[in-house]
Amino acid sequence: MLETTIKQKKRMEIINLNFYYGKNHALKNISMPIFDRRVTALIGPSGCGKTTLLRCFNRMHDLYPNNRYEGDILLDDVSIFDKSVDLIELRSKVGMVFQKPTPFPMSIFDNIAFGLKLKGIRGSELKGRVEKALKDAALWDEVKDRLKESAFSLSGGQQQRLCIARSLAVEPEVLLFDEPTSALDPISTAKIEELIVELKREITIVIVTHNMQQAARISDYTGFMYLGELVEFNPTEKLFTKPDQKLTEDYITGRFG
Amino acid sequence: MRKRYRKVVNLLMLSLSGLLTVYGVFWLFWILGSLFISGIKYFSPELVYLDPTPAGMEGGGLRPAFVGHFILTTLATIIGVPIGLMAGIYFAEYGKDSDFFRVLRHITDIMVSTPSIIMGAVVYAVLVKPIGHFNGLSGAVALALLMVPVVAVTTDEMLKLVPQQMREAAYALGAYKWQMIKSVTLRAAKVGVLTGILLGVARISGETAPLLFTSFNNAFLNFNLMKPMASITVTTFNYVMGPYHYWHQQAWAASLILTLGVLMLSIFARLILHGKITNPFAFMFKRIKKEV
Amino acid sequence: MQIESVVQKRISEVKNSGVLIERLAKVSLGLWALFAGLLFPILIFLILYYESRLAIEKFGVINFLTHTNWDPVTEDFGAATMVVGTIISTLLSILMAAPISVGIAIFITELSPRWFKPIISGAVELLAAIPSIIYGLWGFFVLTPIMAEKVEPWIQNKLGNVPVVGQLFSGATTGVDIFTTSLVLSIMIIPFMSAVVRDSFELVPPIMKESAYGLGATQWEVVRKVIIPYTASGMAGGLVLSTGRALGETMAVTFLAGNNPQIPKSLFDSFTTITVALANQFTEADTDIYLSSLYYVSMFLFVISFVILFLAKFMILRLEKRWKV
Repeated sequence: MLETTIKQKKRMEIINLNFYYGKNHALKNISMPIFDRRVTALIGPSGCGKTTLLRCFNRMHDLYPNNRYEGDILLDDVSIFDKSVDLIELRSKVGMVFQKPTPFPMSIFDNIAFGLKLKGIRGSELKGRVEKALKDAALWDEVKDRLKESAFSLSGGQQQRLCIARSLAVEPEVLLFDEPTSALDPISTAKIEELIVELKREITIVIVTHNMQQAARISDYTGFMYLGELVEFNPTEKLFTKPDQKLTEDYITGRFG
Repeated sequence: MRKRYRKVVNLLMLSLSGLLTVYGVFWLFWILGSLFISGIKYFSPELVYLDPTPAGMEGGGLRPAFVGHFILTTLATIIGVPIGLMAGIYFAEYGKDSDFFRVLRHITDIMVSTPSIIMGAVVYAVLVKPIGHFNGLSGAVALALLMVPVVAVTTDEMLKLVPQQMREAAYALGAYKWQMIKSVTLRAAKVGVLTGILLGVARISGETAPLLFTSFNNAFLNFNLMKPMASITVTTFNYVMGPYHYWHQQAWAASLILTLGVLMLSIFARLILHGKITNPFAFMFKRIKKEV
Repeated sequence: MQIESVVQKRISEVKNSGVLIERLAKVSLGLWALFAGLLFPILIFLILYYESRLAIEKFGVINFLTHTNWDPVTEDFGAATMVVGTIISTLLSILMAAPISVGIAIFITELSPRWFKPIISGAVELLAAIPSIIYGLWGFFVLTPIMAEKVEPWIQNKLGNVPVVGQLFSGATTGVDIFTTSLVLSIMIIPFMSAVVRDSFELVPPIMKESAYGLGATQWEVVRKVIIPYTASGMAGGLVLSTGRALGETMAVTFLAGNNPQIPKSLFDSFTTITVALANQFTEADTDIYLSSLYYVSMFLFVISFVILFLAKFMILRLEKRWKV
């Protein structure tokens, strides 16, 4: 088990990362790898900093004042905090899907085309890429006849898959999921989980979830966070069967949180 | 005993508040009622398409006032809306986290209630005195200045109703801020912003005070912005103050048309905001409201 | 190879134009925000000040505000009559509108059946949408005669002989006076005031009301003991906000005040306000000092209403902060 771990290629690496919301020290000294074309899950009780960590990966925190990073995050061996890094480019390499579906107020087609148009893609290539993204997100058959309709006409689960397709369209290397199924019914949840497992053949995935079963079902690696610290990072199977830390065991057996 | 007393007090106070509401609504009915009765009685089609007769001679109409009013309001909208929109977008999208711009936003809110006659006096100093005579352009500018804070404040409020997550989703796709604003938040807040503009137009089209000494009045049909230009409101003001009975009648009829226009604008604005008119955006707006 | 470089070029083009537009958008939008929130009020003040410097030099501040003579012929100008008129009519209208507005707000938030709410608040909002010249026109043609012939003689009859109070209702009943003006003004500000009061009522967390109801309180007791104490600063803000509005109201007042530059001794006296003087005399001002004096009073009006509105805003913000944290 451990051997395969070492052989795997690292897509991202988090090195001694600290994060502050103003004076609030939200993430403490976090180090972990994100392996290429694997699903990495982040679990932990609410307020433990798992979403905060996820939002560091595409520097979403930069949108708000008084946020400060310390330490480093490497994407393909280059620091994402380097001055030469263009935020716009970083965010098209590291996509994000949010807790609630966030379709834009436009047609289904235009939603997918949004990110592509930003990159200057037009015409027939645009159409092809939209179709591919919708197929990759397993949504094509459901929406192919109604591409011009408002994205709000879709159901909640479809909207979330639309958002995944929208992120896939710009061909990211890493895709971040922030509790993507917490607002969905069980059937839609199952579809999205299936999709995530499917997607890892092409891209690297990090998913934050409050649902331990979900992490166990779909992830290859799991990090358990508590009070802003990464308590344990291990292959999912190991973390859920014989965790190294007592705290992890208490959490997964439901003794707290 | 005590319980009974409390119940009686409750009933009394609640009926009192009901009565006070009736009092408020009573004035509305009285004012609109007399406006309709007199307005309809004195209305004739000539009012709209005839020019005024020389003072004292019965007959004639108020064509210059209707045309001038339309020109002034349209021009003011063309000048005022873009400025207000841009300021509002900045307040909502860029200035949200800056104390300085938050203060400016509150000052803009205060400017909404500035006495409108002040705007007339200020524009008089800038655009009438130097030119040497009253002119339509100055009237339109005065109205536009009144409109800017209204549009800015509503645009800001409506944009702030757009959920933050929608912005983040756009950023997460690698959008620049202006791209995010243009294709996501402005689109999401379209209905609200449109409502703000309509309310702004409704407000300026009922204004008299800022026009009294800018565009002034004109008994002749005039399309030249550098000359005095009549408006329904200023004409009404002069006619009510004037000595002739038929002037008063024409003032009633013109006021009715003006009021109908203004009320329709503001009712229409509220209807689209509350999604009573079926359009694809109404649904969306409700959704935004729900998520906030 | 070649295709790749073309694609690369296209991407960098898009990127450069993106950065450029980004900067341009921020700066140009920001300039207009700066204009609306900062330059605009400052410019208004400076222009008014510049235009009134002649009058400031000649009459000073205190003297101008306390002097009661306003005579274009002798070029002797004092604003006391207008200032007093503005203050009296504004205060009186607030006094008349306040209980009504609070009553309407209570009715709409607590008492009215749900389906009736939009109708009643729509009607009140409609009252706010009517152009102010309509209030003037209606007041002048409809209300004034009734006041002159029916209401005012009746009041005079009942209260005229009461010592001290009787003085307030003495004089000829013309209908063109403080009483009628303030009444119309109060109708105009009811919608604003009740809207602000209602907004602050709705800021009270439902849980507070529910817990009071849970203790067996009646609706009135909830209003009295929970809602009113907790929204006091919002209600005060609404009151002050309406004061600011009423101060600057021109058209409704102009027809009804009589434009008589005197310090009124009774509610049935004609009088003048700053806005009435401006509306009636601005276009007639034929000398520099006359016009300058008019600018001087408009500067006072602007500063006073700005300060009052600022206070109102502050009070309302304080209430919102308390609940929104």
